[in-house]
Amino acid sequence: MRYAMAVDTRKCVGCGDCVVACQTENNVPLGYARDWIVEIVKGSYPNTLKVHFESRRCHHCDDPPCVRVCPTGASHIVEGGIVKVTPEECIGCGACIEACPYEARYFHPDGYVDKCTFCDHRVKNGQDPACVEVCPTHCLIFGDLDDPESPVSKVLKEREYYTLAPDAGTHPNLFFLK
Amino acid sequence: MKEITRRDFIKITSAGLIGAAISKPVFNFIPPFLQKDHTPPLESELTKSPTVCDICFWKCAGWAWKDKKGNIVKLTGNHLDPHSNGRLCPRGTGGLGAYYDTDRLKRPLIRVGKPGSQKFKEATWDEAFDYIVDKMKQIEAKYGREAMALFMHGTTGPHFEYLWEAYGSQTYAEPAIAQCLVSREVGFIATFGQGLGSPEPTDTRNTKCLVLIGNHIGENMHNGHVQEMSAAIDHGATIITVDPRFSTAAAHSKYWLPIKPGTDIALLLAWMHVIIYEDLYDKDYVQKNTYGFDYLKDHVKNFTPEWAATITTLDPNLIRKTAYEMAKAAPAVIIHPGRHTAWYGDDTQRERAIAILNALLGSWGRRGGFYLPEKVDLPKFPHPPFPEPRWSWRTITTDKFKYAIAGVTNVLIDHSLPEYDGPYKIKGWFVVATNLIQSIPDQQKTIRALQNQDLVVVVDILPTEITGYADVILPEATYLERYDLIRNNHHRTPNLALRAPAVEPKYETKPGWWIARELGIRLGLEKYYPWKTIEEVLDWQLRQVGTSLEEMLKVGVKHFDRKTPLYIPDGVNWPFPTNTGKIELYSTDLAAMGYDPMPVYKKHEDPPAGYLRLIYGRVPMHSFGRTINNPYLNELRSENHLWVHPKVAKLMGLENGQEVWLENQDGKVSSFAVKVRITERIRPDSVYLPHGFGQKSKLLHRAYGRGALDNELITKVNLDPITGSTGMRSNFVKILTSKPQKANS
Repeated sequence: MRYAMAVDTRKCVGCGDCVVACQTENNVPLGYARDWIVEIVKGSYPNTLKVHFESRRCHHCDDPPCVRVCPTGASHIVEGGIVKVTPEECIGCGACIEACPYEARYFHPDGYVDKCTFCDHRVKNGQDPACVEVCPTHCLIFGDLDDPESPVSKVLKEREYYTLAPDAGTHPNLFFLK
Repeated sequence: MKEITRRDFIKITSAGLIGAAISKPVFNFIPPFLQKDHTPPLESELTKSPTVCDICFWKCAGWAWKDKKGNIVKLTGNHLDPHSNGRLCPRGTGGLGAYYDTDRLKRPLIRVGKPGSQKFKEATWDEAFDYIVDKMKQIEAKYGREAMALFMHGTTGPHFEYLWEAYGSQTYAEPAIAQCLVSREVGFIATFGQGLGSPEPTDTRNTKCLVLIGNHIGENMHNGHVQEMSAAIDHGATIITVDPRFSTAAAHSKYWLPIKPGTDIALLLAWMHVIIYEDLYDKDYVQKNTYGFDYLKDHVKNFTPEWAATITTLDPNLIRKTAYEMAKAAPAVIIHPGRHTAWYGDDTQRERAIAILNALLGSWGRRGGFYLPEKVDLPKFPHPPFPEPRWSWRTITTDKFKYAIAGVTNVLIDHSLPEYDGPYKIKGWFVVATNLIQSIPDQQKTIRALQNQDLVVVVDILPTEITGYADVILPEATYLERYDLIRNNHHRTPNLALRAPAVEPKYETKPGWWIARELGIRLGLEKYYPWKTIEEVLDWQLRQVGTSLEEMLKVGVKHFDRKTPLYIPDGVNWPFPTNTGKIELYSTDLAAMGYDPMPVYKKHEDPPAGYLRLIYGRVPMHSFGRTINNPYLNELRSENHLWVHPKVAKLMGLENGQEVWLENQDGKVSSFAVKVRITERIRPDSVYLPHGFGQKSKLLHRAYGRGALDNELITKVNLDPITGSTGMRSNFVKILTSKPQKANS
């Protein structure tokens, strides 16, 4: 089992619903977020202008530097390749925050590092992550890469995509559909 | 000594521990007192109750989820609901912020100082009602019941409209009509015999071509429409966006037409010209269903793309090419009517042009164009007949605006001013859930009208700016704490949705229906309120259509069978409710009232030298100014930015993030600074300011003073002579780089 998410940039409108749904689902304290939106503008007025939005979060890398640098083992990989943090084991050293090329981690005010969990509590229960389930544009697609019939496997077979910071060698599992 | 930065420290630490993390964690024992379950609760551990979102007018049905302690933890969409299809937008998802906002109005307040002094004392509901009833009686004795005006918005409005009808005043207006969609409604009524209503029956998910004119779907989160636009993108529909700004919709479009503001009618006429003169219209449909084709053909004879190009600044080939795209997709094409259409003062004519173009392409009543919506025939709870007022909003509106279909707030304001000397004087304002200071253009006039009233009552959830002008403030419960009337909007299938309280009202707030009923009883209108709780009304109504409150509490949304076809059936001579029984390309109504029976392009003023046109719009995470203080949504966007084209920025030496102030053509200066966003996404002759920010009420702690408010700068209002719609897009601003004397901050 290898969980992954694809973000369809042809459809995302950058509304931020994924951010709020994550906050209310996971009780993320106000002032913090596990996912966020980036607007990318290219070209110039009026003929070559291109804009797209990326809904970003932890990339749940196959080779996650955050796990490698964690001195206590608080950062770890669970079933399906989901990268998680055990708050009680985290000493708040911040090594993982520095190591992550995607800026996907933040200091929780309760004294540990927090991040996206792909809503594994929901996934275990057969549900999609909260951000996927709420998205009004259906631009987030989640599933198991080991299952060729999963929505994410299918869409990655059909569509062109890119990943962020491919040179970092992290083998991320967050894909952006062109 | 060399200071060790955090980064240095971490580098050293991580280098030394590379092996450790992989082999065996150092701290792998967790003492029991530190163990805490961080796993969020599953839905099976929560309880849910049905709600209908009140954060915007789309009214999505959903569920409020509570934990074991009875706290609302999240809101989700109801999968049976055609407005949301089980997915709320960011504002709906963040709706619980409205309930948890500690800035909320908490108990009734009565003014103790003179108007504008902002000194209030806390009162009981009885004291507040006594004060209001006493003043209303004095106004009635001196000026008549009609002198009490009601301004209302949203789902609380109908409770007070009912009270007003029972009281004997029909002096009321919904700002959301004349400030928003009335011209669109009338433009379509004059053409097809019926308006669009809400949600607009655009069959977007089945369309092959979607044309958006200044309509920024995706920035306006009209939930169902955003979802359907996404579905249209999935199946390869062509999107054409006409907008002086490269909107989010433009980003998803095949064609972007960066039109010169104020020239849309010229473009629409040129499109008609191409479609008629290149024989691209739906001949069978036009022949069977329309009236006045020959008049129209003659009318648009000279409106070539080349003619329109000189006006709109668009490439004539692009005008032609986009017309061909529409014709190729017809009848599965939507020239979208938009929603906020109060732009330049000739808005009914622009909407007429949109309606006519749709008619030529045969999209009305066709799959992928406009479906024919239907709603449930839900009886009203019986009540004695209402008294007939001596005069009403109609008396003071339809003499000037002959096709007005609802009260115009600005007309009511004119009748509230000290200089108004006629027989239809307004001396009391009852303002329900609408911050008129911010929603109505020409603020100073609104404030003068407010100060001339013998009584001002505001019913609201938050201490918005208008509450500062009230004599009495009544704190309303949020939608998560109250019942309201059944949602019965038209759609593809008729359906009903229930809003039930998830929790008891916080503080001493009360539901709108309760406030209206209590006031009614104190005004001696008991016979109109034979029921004690709204549950009785809802249950009676629901039982008339074969369901019940009990069932609705379980399902939230219920669908009913259609009685009429979804699209115009082939071969049927469809009756249109117009004078001619046909789609009127030539409007007999407008001709009879003395207006242009077919749309004519008229030039609007250009910005004076040194000024830029002020364009305003929405951000997807906010509903106008109503949500800026919501803790969740404020976090997503807490201030607005002024979009400025790089050329303008270079000329003025502006930098990204620099604070500037704006001064409009009448010398009005923005109260607060706004940060510059230099972007290619805007025409060089315009600036763009997302609406709703720059709140002036200091009691809104998150929203106060963050960004600039477009409305302050809209002092020039072009009233549409047909409907009274308030055109707000002929205001111009210059950018001030240093803090002016007049600004607040």
